[in-house]
Amino acid sequence: MEFSQIAAIAGKEFWDRIRNRWVLAVALVFTAFALSIAYFGAAQQGAVGFRSIEVTIASLVSLVIYLIPLIALVLGFDAIVGERERGSLDLLLSMPITRVELLLGKYLGLAGALAFSTIAGFGLVGVVLSAQLDLNALYHYLGFMISSVLLGCAFLSLAVMLSVFAADRTRASGLAIAMWFFFVLIFDLLLLGVLVVTAGQWGGEALPYLLLLNPADVFRILNIFSLEDVRTLYGLATVFPPALARPWLLGLVMAGWIALPLAIAAWRFRLGAGRA
Amino acid sequence: MADISPAPSDTTRAVITARGVRKHYGAIHAVDGVDLDVREGELFGLIGHNGAGKSTLFKMMLGLIPLSAGEIRIDGAPVSGGDFRAVRRKIGYLPENVVLYDNLTGLETLHFFARLKGVAGQNHAALLERVGLAHAARRRVREYSKGMRQRLGFAQALLGQPRILFLDEPTTGLDPEAIRGFYAILRQLKSQGVTTVITSHILAEIQERVDRLAIMAAGQVQASGTVQALREQMALPLWFSVRVAPEDFEAVRAALGSLPVGAIEARDDHVAVQCPREAKMAVIAALAALGDKVRDLGVREPSLEDVFFGFSD
Repeated sequence: MEFSQIAAIAGKEFWDRIRNRWVLAVALVFTAFALSIAYFGAAQQGAVGFRSIEVTIASLVSLVIYLIPLIALVLGFDAIVGERERGSLDLLLSMPITRVELLLGKYLGLAGALAFSTIAGFGLVGVVLSAQLDLNALYHYLGFMISSVLLGCAFLSLAVMLSVFAADRTRASGLAIAMWFFFVLIFDLLLLGVLVVTAGQWGGEALPYLLLLNPADVFRILNIFSLEDVRTLYGLATVFPPALARPWLLGLVMAGWIALPLAIAAWRFRLGAGRA
Repeated sequence: MADISPAPSDTTRAVITARGVRKHYGAIHAVDGVDLDVREGELFGLIGHNGAGKSTLFKMMLGLIPLSAGEIRIDGAPVSGGDFRAVRRKIGYLPENVVLYDNLTGLETLHFFARLKGVAGQNHAALLERVGLAHAARRRVREYSKGMRQRLGFAQALLGQPRILFLDEPTTGLDPEAIRGFYAILRQLKSQGVTTVITSHILAEIQERVDRLAIMAAGQVQASGTVQALREQMALPLWFSVRVAPEDFEAVRAALGSLPVGAIEARDDHVAVQCPREAKMAVIAALAALGDKVRDLGVREPSLEDVFFGFSD
């Protein structure tokens, strides 16, 4: 493994996203949403203005859980299949670089761009709010930002995996959308459906563990469980046993969600050397 | 398969050797048993129709796809496996219809590939000047014409002073002047001992310039050698064009009557005579004996097209 090769690929991916203002656009979207939620989140209760960090984070979590997976999937779905379809992959692979290094470089560069926009976008809002936050609230907000980055990295890893498996860009984009629907919309409904149909007789015990099979749920639990007040506001997450709800443990699960799809992608991409 | 004919200097060591190379995709035999030697400092042409197996062979030589059977060595080392980095640093590759990154400038493109090759810190501006792109160094590739992209791709292949160049249809999109400039660079590199393997579908262009070539069809090398050797190997007949007055046509016919010549055809102002290579001198002598009756004499060697289509059909 040569890091200079990985860095060359990663650097290009990252600077491409800076130069075409992708990073800026995504950061601005995050800032705009976070600010609106902080100031108008309580409008339904008949008041505007910043209320509490807990309510703000809870609202941001519901937003980010839709938005970040979508952004990450769009960012990564053509990482490899795009190069292949454009015809630039052969030239890259003729360089003194292994397929795994190329894949890692792509991932790290894109992950860097995504993390940078996330931290810049939400960080700006954090700075704006900091005057009204105590240390504990800042700590929670920081946790929210870090878990957002992890969520993005997990879905980016899934996207890069798709980009290795898909035969062409069109199929990759279709798969990316399907993946978003599955993890963000369908997965929880399925679990709830099982609970309701069986009147809680089946799956109740296993349910908390099943939630770990969805990085979006891991993200939700990570954030909700640090906020005692809002725990009751949430449906599925409330069945989660406190024993499992340790940030480091959930962080580890998230790391698995980053590493596993990437490892599968690397395995498949190396195998692809036999077909191309 | 035809014998491998002598190269300019047979003693030079081979830098690319292929032995029993095969590539099968299921039942399809894209490359079906290829043996090749490309010698150091040689300009070697690879010719074949689309689907003949050239590109697959090229990609196997570069280590982009594994072999189903056989072995390819570059400078004595296998193209894949532990030492592949060292091998690849010696190689420059220009893919067919090279695709570069639209959002990068010419200089940035070279900078990126130089980093990947591990040869950063070279004078990229000088390299761009060498391929005639100095004026466009800071323009984005998006604005480049097809020919300019091809030149930038060539500059990329020259990064890090490779010892071996693989150029797949390198002159596509270049105008005649650029093609001359391109071959001038190749000759310069050749004088420095650089080995070049080149494919082209413009046979007339390649036959003037390569030292040796291999003709591929149906996944196999049908023949290889110098252009001259291939012509001889094919025993392709020569054509004489004998300019005489119409009333002397019969005299020519009579003079050649006893010789092993092929067709003798009377055209407007000349007689076309087909003759096997070994009868060439005898025909010239017989025509010379006609004295002043022969006003002019032309000999047409078979072109590489004739060789090519003779083999591939």
